[in-house]
Amino acid sequence: MNKKVKNAAIALEGVNHKMTLMLGGFGLCGIPENAISELVNKEIGGLTCISNNAGVDDFGLGLLLKKRQIKKMIASYVGENNEFERQMLSGELEVDLIPQGTLAELCRAAQSGFPAIFTPAGYGTEIAKGKEVREFDEKMYVLEHAFKADFAFVKAWKGDSAGNLIFKGTAKNFNFNMCGAAKITVAEVEELVPLGELHPNEIHVPGIFVQRIFQGNNYEKRIEHRKTRKKNSNVR
Amino acid sequence: MKKELNIARQEKRIAMLDKTSIAKRIAQEIKNGFYVNLGIGIPTLVANYVRKDIEVEFQSENGVLGMGPFPFEGEEDADIINAGKQTITALPGASFFDSALSFSMIRGKHVDLTILGAMEVAENGDIANWKIPGKMVKGMGGAMDLVASAENIIVAMMHTNKAGESKLLKKCSLPLTGVGCVKKIVTNLAFLEIVEKGFKLLERAPGVSVESIRKATEGNLIITGEIPEMKI
Repeated sequence: MNKKVKNAAIALEGVNHKMTLMLGGFGLCGIPENAISELVNKEIGGLTCISNNAGVDDFGLGLLLKKRQIKKMIASYVGENNEFERQMLSGELEVDLIPQGTLAELCRAAQSGFPAIFTPAGYGTEIAKGKEVREFDEKMYVLEHAFKADFAFVKAWKGDSAGNLIFKGTAKNFNFNMCGAAKITVAEVEELVPLGELHPNEIHVPGIFVQRIFQGNNYEKRIEHRKTRKKNSNVR
Repeated sequence: MKKELNIARQEKRIAMLDKTSIAKRIAQEIKNGFYVNLGIGIPTLVANYVRKDIEVEFQSENGVLGMGPFPFEGEEDADIINAGKQTITALPGASFFDSALSFSMIRGKHVDLTILGAMEVAENGDIANWKIPGKMVKGMGGAMDLVASAENIIVAMMHTNKAGESKLLKKCSLPLTGVGCVKKIVTNLAFLEIVEKGFKLLERAPGVSVESIRKATEGNLIITGEIPEMKI
């Protein structure tokens, strides 16, 4: 089945004001750079964004924050971003902080048709307030509801027109879990290869979870904290 | 005056562990065959001091098992980072995976040991390390999943805050990250275990007296018999 579309503009057709969007990536690793640029271009607002992080001031979701396009952010960690802090403290931005493992599992639940999950994360803390809790095998768990999103934007290393995807390194992160977790999943790839070139054994996400795929371009792939060691170091 | 201050500072330095030594002591708790998750800060240093004759694999919750050291200059890869968003390498035998699977390793108790920092720990094992009300809230990241799931948690922290107030409390004052989950604590003063009735003192930092540990601990400190000095 052909899921290939020409560019980001076409891939984002139907994305509108006040929608709930999922965006893959961890920190700046594996973020859907092209989809984010296109969201900035579209100048739509009132968005609810589900993403582990909120980018940095001048990159990633920080670009949408700067233009006040995001009304609510659902994330696990939002440090590294001054504009985010300012908007949150002034009350312009609504923020829902969710434990990272729960965030991942609520994407997976949406992808897999589970309405909710029980997780031990957050039990006894302020994030469990008002939520149903239950005991299983002498341990307490919190009920968390699966996400409901309109679009999921993910970025993969390689993909084909059938929507099959392969990720590289730790860029798999939330991209993998968000595929098929929204009504429409849009994948952008560094390399869109001819059908048949990806071996079925190697595919991470089968095309059934992806509705639109396009060849991304101009990837910056910014590194947040560049750490290196000298050639002669013997640190483990 | 200045000289006296320097001497006082030096004595202070002798009579407590620095961050590296805390990491070294924790590294001794890592056993052969362990899969270990290291938090940001002092825990990250632990990897440098694990015995070379045992097999250990480090997990980073953004999706890598078998994490290696920082890459050589020029070999950084934006697609290979750790949970602190630092560029890293993958050792032979490493694997990459998605975020849900990563937390399956943690929640499913496949990871043997979690080492993380804390702002406060209570005598019942409660931990607070994610939020200071009124200040910038950065979020819990994976910390709540880690503390709620791991069977074996070691906390690396300073015994007191900058004002000299104890961080080992009867009850945490900051918003909790998890309840009743901490098992062991290594501070700049002591190695302690959480038992039913409080903090059981296992070892003293070299040169630190039991009395000074007692003074620095607000929660119930349990002292049984002679308390040995740590061997770093």
